[in-house]
Amino acid sequence: MSEMLELRHISKTFGAGTINEKKAVEDLSLTLASGDFVTIIGGNGAGKSTLFNAVAGVFYVDEGRVILDGEDMTFLPEYKRSNHLGRLFQDPLKGTAPHMTIEENLALAYLRSVRTRSPFGTVSKKDREYFRERLAALGLGLEDRLKSPVGLLSGGQRQALTLLMATLVTPKLLLLDEHTAALDPSTAEKVLELTRSIVAENNITCMMITHNIRSALELGNRTIMMDAGRIVLDLAGEERAGMTVDALLEKFRTSAGKELDNDRILLSDRE
Amino acid sequence: MPLRAALFRKIHTKGETTMSLLVLQGAVEQGFIYALVALGLYISFRTLDIADLTTDGTFTLGAAVSAVFTVQGQPLLGVVLAFFCGALAGFVTALLQTKLGVQPILAGIITMTALYSVNLMVMGKPNINFFKEKTIFTAAEAMPGGFGSLLQAAAITAVLCVLLVLFLRTQLGLSLRATGDNRDMVSASSINPAFTTTVGLCLSNAVVALSGALIAQYQKFADNTLGTGMVVIGLASLIIGEVLFGRGGPHALAKGVLAATVGAVVYRIIVAAAIAVNIDAKNMKLVSALIVAAAISYPAIRDKVLFYRKRREANRNV
Repeated sequence: MSEMLELRHISKTFGAGTINEKKAVEDLSLTLASGDFVTIIGGNGAGKSTLFNAVAGVFYVDEGRVILDGEDMTFLPEYKRSNHLGRLFQDPLKGTAPHMTIEENLALAYLRSVRTRSPFGTVSKKDREYFRERLAALGLGLEDRLKSPVGLLSGGQRQALTLLMATLVTPKLLLLDEHTAALDPSTAEKVLELTRSIVAENNITCMMITHNIRSALELGNRTIMMDAGRIVLDLAGEERAGMTVDALLEKFRTSAGKELDNDRILLSDRE
Repeated sequence: MPLRAALFRKIHTKGETTMSLLVLQGAVEQGFIYALVALGLYISFRTLDIADLTTDGTFTLGAAVSAVFTVQGQPLLGVVLAFFCGALAGFVTALLQTKLGVQPILAGIITMTALYSVNLMVMGKPNINFFKEKTIFTAAEAMPGGFGSLLQAAAITAVLCVLLVLFLRTQLGLSLRATGDNRDMVSASSINPAFTTTVGLCLSNAVVALSGALIAQYQKFADNTLGTGMVVIGLASLIIGEVLFGRGGPHALAKGVLAATVGAVVYRIIVAAAIAVNIDAKNMKLVSALIVAAAISYPAIRDKVLFYRKRREANRNV
């Protein structure tokens, strides 16, 4: 398996030199093999989202290198990195344009990724058929609503559509930042199931931040726990397979020297 | 007898002299030309979600370039160059706001202010009239029936409407619309918002300058104050049109360009009617400002009214 993502000793400090100085990520190194599906857990302010933003190029890292599929992206602007990345956020409204139709949203994701197309390319009949086919696979009945404005869809439908847009052309890396956290439990379950199948079918390298420790252990092939800008636990293989929620929390306690300080985790998973 | 004169006479014989058909026709002709301003604002204000005040200066710029070239016997070249000069003005505003960190509103005001001097430089004097020069409307004016100018103005606007709708459906057009619709989404996709904003502002101002260029040749006159208040007039036109056709939905683009065009025509008819009943045309800018202020503040006022009503009812039940 080749390496898809390599983070070499990256650091990022916000508000350096001020009273609010915060080392959000500190000397973090991480390597993802092609096809890895890594789940990421950690308390508030552990640096999970900062890690994603550093990869996506929302800001440039203070130190270290970001390498995707052999290409050094450390100083590439966000929009250029986005050619190779798919991103989903917690807020389902963030990933789609509400006043544009489902077809137009998909076209935006699709036409931009197909390199041979010109800026003046439009949706062909064949493209539309492809959109319809992929929408049908979501099982939400969206394939019959290509001309509906996305603003009319529910949060779950919009998040599923965002997932489809992010993977319509297979990205080198998919970043999921608690993408089901704002959805009601049954919708969240459905979107998570879609995520699982789409990632598996296309063998997408993927990182997923979650507050749900159970899904962190169930999904993917590797689990990382973060605290204070560092990776404190990296589980894979048999060790991960035998892990329970309670054992993981205990493991965190010994690794980080404190309780996992997150009410949402404690409330949602210790049934 | 030309058809137009016949209609004109018929109205008079019936004694309905409030507004003759001739005046009405003139208003519609102007409406089709001014519609391009509303179309430009549909791009910047509705699509990109930027209130671009460059518009005032760009309209005059188009008129100035067009007038100068018409005097030199090159009316068509004047129109074409006006289009590109408008795009250039839009580019300056875009550069200020995307690369140099100037707030969008201020960027427009800076360019508009600079254009005031630039426009005087282009014309060499505050106004130019060229009543005897050949313009791009000359051939149409000579057409039998007297509807030549009307048809030409309508055709130009129709072609631009179609081109604009086609453009907004392309990959670049979709990117431009997404930039105005959801910034978060754009930054997470491979769209460079600085680029799409620049394309949008160039296009918007090019179309506005085209409007100025056509108006100058239509009225055979250009003046350094032609564009004053044009943003508000254009928005008022667009909003009037949107009231008639609605906004958004499955055919949002078609509705948008139709709203801009019909709104501009209706606006010019209102102006003509106001003049016909002896309302000073100067007051139309006040009317336009009121239309825009009322339309944009409507949701806020509606929410306030609903809140007060709810509070009153809740208090009554206590």
